[in-house]
Amino acid sequence: AMEESPGARIREGDCAVLKRGEVFKAVPVLRRRKIIFEKQWFYLDNAIGHIYGTTFEVTNGGNLQPKQEVEETTTETKEAGTDNRNIVDDGKSQKLTHDDIKALKDKGIKGQEIVQQLIENSTTFRDKTEFAQDKYIKKKKKKYEAVITIVKPSTRILSTMYYAREPGKINHLRYDTLAQMLTLGNVHAGNKMLVMETCAGLVLGAVMERMGGYGSIIQMYPGGGPVRAATSCFGFPKHYFDNLHEFPLSKVHSLLSGTFSTETLPSDPEDNALVEEESNGLTEEKQTSLQETEEEPTTEAPVEINQAEEQETMDINAEDVEFKENKEKENKEIVREKQMKQWERRKKLTETAALLREKNADGLIVASKFHPTPLLLSLLEFVAPSRPFVVYCQYKEPLLECYTKLRERGGVINLKLSETWLRNYQVLPDRSHPKLTMSGGGGYLLSGITVVLDKGKADSSNLEALKMEEPSPKRCKVQDLHC
Amino acid sequence: MSFIEYGDTIKDGDTAVVFLGHESMFPVKVQHGTVTQTKYGVIRHSTDLIGKKYGSKVICSKGGWVFILHPTPELWTMNLPHRTQILYSTDISIITMMLELKPGSVVCESGTGSGSLSHALIRTVAPTGHLYTVEFHQQRAEKAREEFREHGVDHLVTVTNQDVCKNGFGVSDIADAVFLDIPSPWEAIGHAKSALKAEGGRICSFSPCIEQVQRTCLAMEEYGFTEINTLEILLRVYNVRTISLQIPDLGKAAEDNSGTGFDSSSPSNQGSPGVNLQQGTVQFKSGVPLKEMVGHTGYLTFATKS
Repeated sequence: AMEESPGARIREGDCAVLKRGEVFKAVPVLRRRKIIFEKQWFYLDNAIGHIYGTTFEVTNGGNLQPKQEVEETTTETKEAGTDNRNIVDDGKSQKLTHDDIKALKDKGIKGQEIVQQLIENSTTFRDKTEFAQDKYIKKKKKKYEAVITIVKPSTRILSTMYYAREPGKINHLRYDTLAQMLTLGNVHAGNKMLVMETCAGLVLGAVMERMGGYGSIIQMYPGGGPVRAATSCFGFPKHYFDNLHEFPLSKVHSLLSGTFSTETLPSDPEDNALVEEESNGLTEEKQTSLQETEEEPTTEAPVEINQAEEQETMDINAEDVEFKENKEKENKEIVREKQMKQWERRKKLTETAALLREKNADGLIVASKFHPTPLLLSLLEFVAPSRPFVVYCQYKEPLLECYTKLRERGGVINLKLSETWLRNYQVLPDRSHPKLTMSGGGGYLLSGITVVLDKGKADSSNLEALKMEEPSPKRCKVQDLHC
Repeated sequence: MSFIEYGDTIKDGDTAVVFLGHESMFPVKVQHGTVTQTKYGVIRHSTDLIGKKYGSKVICSKGGWVFILHPTPELWTMNLPHRTQILYSTDISIITMMLELKPGSVVCESGTGSGSLSHALIRTVAPTGHLYTVEFHQQRAEKAREEFREHGVDHLVTVTNQDVCKNGFGVSDIADAVFLDIPSPWEAIGHAKSALKAEGGRICSFSPCIEQVQRTCLAMEEYGFTEINTLEILLRVYNVRTISLQIPDLGKAAEDNSGTGFDSSSPSNQGSPGVNLQQGTVQFKSGVPLKEMVGHTGYLTFATKS
């Protein structure tokens, strides 16, 4: 399978990501459709056919045109002050009024021009230090130059976007934590992976990207069906979905105890009111104390992807139906179709159950809103020995308990509870320093490796686990024996 | 077995990892007739390893036991023979994601060093991608080639022995991503740009010192790279411990429990603190940070060629 190169062109129906500065937004590429992004509105029609990574300017009619590379004309001898001892803030340094600026905008004057005018009409600009001048220009450019870059979705971009815009939907999983999970889980082509996530399908998408369509994935889901809103933003080729299976969590116990049957399926996704994290970001979660600068969902209704069980809407309008028989025929059709679908789902479920029963998965990735302990204790049964597993949790405490319970169970080694910190830097000549804010919490990970479980050893390992946890330094030596 | 494909049973010629317990392990090359000494006694490859399942417990001659693990790039990173300072999995994971690597990606790397990152890159770009790695130290380049052969991944990697700053990566217009871990990365930015595909790609440079980062950023800007972003990632590991803290005796009457400020009737199963008034202690689980942690490995500077 040929991978799509970064030089791919923007096509109608793609899911693209808009980028302005550090802000991202995923949108479907559709003709004659108004997009609102960062307080600007425009149409994507003109972007179609251009290469991903192109930067566009927004014209007055909301059209996009590729930005011409302008050579910065800094021929003028720069005047600058050395310090701000004589700069007084009287609020009168800018000679242009709000109305003047608005008039310039209404005339359709280019953003660059407006910035130039602002500089020329600033009485203090020439007294500012060179650094302060740079900063002033940067700030004004950001405000008045309407440029947007259209980029191809990737785990890097989508995980950054989700963490910035809708962290609640992905349980505050920061992108560096997701990166750790993919590495700790040794996710690669050819694996048979087990994924349990309630992160809008972002973690699933990340795993799919790393597997490149080779191998298979079994996604365990709660409720009526897996949420894959973020997954559909990746724009994966069709064949990536050939070996993607799903299995309801509510059936795990019966599968492990051997009483599994497909007779009692969880209800259809469309019958199920998934209140939270609906697949189009229309239902906004109540975010506590998060000041949203603007009301824009991360993703607009994503482009539908060839999923067999995607919703279909049946509009039956009684007035359109002239004859009763017709209507009855239609009803029969619907019933038959429902039965067909049900049968199709059962067949799939039976196949997935068989895959799980082999108990030879190459890894387990968990990132959900549920308590990790019961998930781990059950799902690890499906994993082959000597394979990595990784559990994400937004909080540390559930993982402490999970750690203890896994030790009691045995069959795992090299357990590690960890967290990563991420620090971004501003790097500029003579002005390098860490960025002023860094993220407080990106969640915690518990990782380990499965080993062959001796059935008889559970008790002694329990004892060992208790020993392990005694804080006295004398006991620490015990750890060096066995795990 | 190979580093890019899981196998179930241990075979002659495999590289396996002997796990002795708490962070103590070492790699071993499995060979008929060979024995390996551990502190728990001898492991005989022919009888104790070959044909056994990966993840099995192996009883050694002195009665102690070890686990035999399937190799992964992460286990290799923890156990490889150091020929240079190496990159660890925390940095490797963010590098992999920020360079947007996946099966089929073509990557250029310099220097190869001890091959810690190389193994992780190969794992990620297999089965259809390729790694072009450049190392100016002849012995190190040769050693890396040997390791890749031994680990069954030599078809996915080309090792070139030359100076990347002078001669580049030996390829042009082919790479999706370039990674630099050399003392003067700013001297290789031009070569990196020509190694990357015409339609664009990603670059990352790893440097311990901020002065190196500054020069690199300037060079990146000069060569027209965009989205230049420098970051640092730190790993914090926690030990899980049960801690007991004493309740201070404030002279309250023993039968009056309310004065302790603890509700001893609360069920102590859901991780709520266990209060033991007889002993006058409160128990709880805690994730205790390690006494010492790695405070700095290096700065990672990423950028895009578009």
